[in-house]
Amino acid sequence: MSDTPARLGVFKTYKLYVGGKFPRSESGRVYEVTDSKDKWLANAPLASRKDARDAVVAARKAFGGWSGATAYNRGQILYRIAEMLEGRRDQFVREVADAEGLSKSKAAAQVDAAVDRWVWYAGWTDKIGQIAGGANPVAGPFFNLSTPEPTGVVAVLAPRKSSFLGLVSVVAPVIATGNTAVVIASEESPLPALSLGEVLATSDLPGGVVNVLSGRTAEIAAPLAAHQDVNAIDLTGAADDEALAKELETAAADNLKRVLRPQAVDWNETPGTGRLTAFLETKTVWHPTGSLGASGSSY
Amino acid sequence: MPTTAFADVTASDSALRRFLHGLPGVDAVGLEARAASLGTRSIKTTAKAYAIDLAISMIDLTTLEGADTPGKVRALAAKAVHPDPTDRTTPTTAAVCVYPDMVATAKEALKGADVKVASVATAFPAGRAALDIKLADTRDAVAAGADEIDMVIDRGAFLSGHYLRVYEEIRAVKEASGPARLKVIFETGELSTYDNIRRASWLGMLAGADFIKTSTGKVAVNATPANTLLMLQAVRDFREQTGIQVGVKPAGGIRTSKDAIKFLVLVNETAGADWLDNHWFRFGASSLLNDLLLQRQKLATGRYSGPDYVTVD
Repeated sequence: MSDTPARLGVFKTYKLYVGGKFPRSESGRVYEVTDSKDKWLANAPLASRKDARDAVVAARKAFGGWSGATAYNRGQILYRIAEMLEGRRDQFVREVADAEGLSKSKAAAQVDAAVDRWVWYAGWTDKIGQIAGGANPVAGPFFNLSTPEPTGVVAVLAPRKSSFLGLVSVVAPVIATGNTAVVIASEESPLPALSLGEVLATSDLPGGVVNVLSGRTAEIAAPLAAHQDVNAIDLTGAADDEALAKELETAAADNLKRVLRPQAVDWNETPGTGRLTAFLETKTVWHPTGSLGASGSSY
Repeated sequence: MPTTAFADVTASDSALRRFLHGLPGVDAVGLEARAASLGTRSIKTTAKAYAIDLAISMIDLTTLEGADTPGKVRALAAKAVHPDPTDRTTPTTAAVCVYPDMVATAKEALKGADVKVASVATAFPAGRAALDIKLADTRDAVAAGADEIDMVIDRGAFLSGHYLRVYEEIRAVKEASGPARLKVIFETGELSTYDNIRRASWLGMLAGADFIKTSTGKVAVNATPANTLLMLQAVRDFREQTGIQVGVKPAGGIRTSKDAIKFLVLVNETAGADWLDNHWFRFGASSLLNDLLLQRQKLATGRYSGPDYVTVD
């Protein structure tokens, strides 16, 4: 045996990701996160409604810049997220394996799929406009153009079971189109989501575009659903709690939030554009063709 | 209104200097620690609702831009009367604060409402003009109907130690203001030290200020809890010695309800509950009102409100 004393373990303090910073919960609370065999993994912050409020403020503040960025630029940044994630692949494989009780190779497949998903959505940023918008034929000398625009601040209840691939699959489409997001991580396995915050922070993604909260889903989701400054809510994480989903949808109706109801999803399949278009508004403009003269229209 | 108790103090420049420099020095660390510790009070539920309504009723809703138009002043006046049109139980603000040439517009827009019109005067915000011009500026505002005059002191004279000149100037403006209440702005951000703020406070009160006000809102450092605490101590001590109550108005940089409530705690704990009234304490602010309204809506409905539900100023 050598003389060097055994090294003390360095445990990671998991923290929230709000407004580009890593605060503890305003409430000071934490809760124990265990793996699938009930072995303690770490303490995660137990976010309160005030953390949710702060996250909405941060998301609102980031919305102008992010929605105003060019689609090309957003695509670059989403691709950058994939690059950064690739570099921390081992960490995420470990966290996903612990969280979901998967073998190392199965967890690795999940992480790879998540990286690919970022790349997939990165490609969509400057193409969704052509799919969801277009030139409408109208009976008059006008160009009539419909263009999709981001809805605004979207509250996302990440799926409970698929702690990482599912998470990426609900967050990426929201921000790809220029929305900003307040994400409630899976209550049972929030660690991959909290680590994703660290990746996002180093990916040129402006602070506040994605905000990650961990804690009791029902506790944080209620004030978000009722919040007058949240424009849409994705209820995926309330999939196995019908009462909660109903309650949140009722609260969301008050300011006419867009609501994406929970549905059964296989996260491994190619997602399609459904989630991209779920949080888009259509703006239609009429513009004279400019060919009106005294002799009449040449349109 | 030279107070008899201090008549000898203001008799000459040297006597005034001796008095002001004889005021106890300010313990800067202690002052800031005191202000910070009072800021940690937790004000919730009914107390918070009371504080929010009180703070709204204390606001001098202000627009002091080169780009001010009559339309903007009218919009501001409408907001002062009905801060939240969806909830008529919301109190009115104390006053609207505008440049002298907008006083008539504001007065007209506020006809019949219990909202005063305050006007900045004396070559606001720099105060760099001849005394005649400053007095004409003041008379102009009063003639247009201003109920309150916010004057700036001559910081150049103050900082170079010509206290009597500053004193005489405040006296002259006070006289020119006639029935209007006079608020004296020190521009604390330009006075460099806490000792100077204490001296300026006493100087202003000796000269007959009805209100002492921290700043114009036009410099980097505006109202802070510490400098407001210092001025609150001054008005408290002044009343103890002379029986005359003087108001305090922090202005600039107070943007959130939380900040406003901290200031109210300072008022209550330093000057006392006598000052918890819009006759004696004001906030010079514009964006603060929207945040107070959002908090008020939150308390009334239980859900967080957003900027879509208040006016864009």
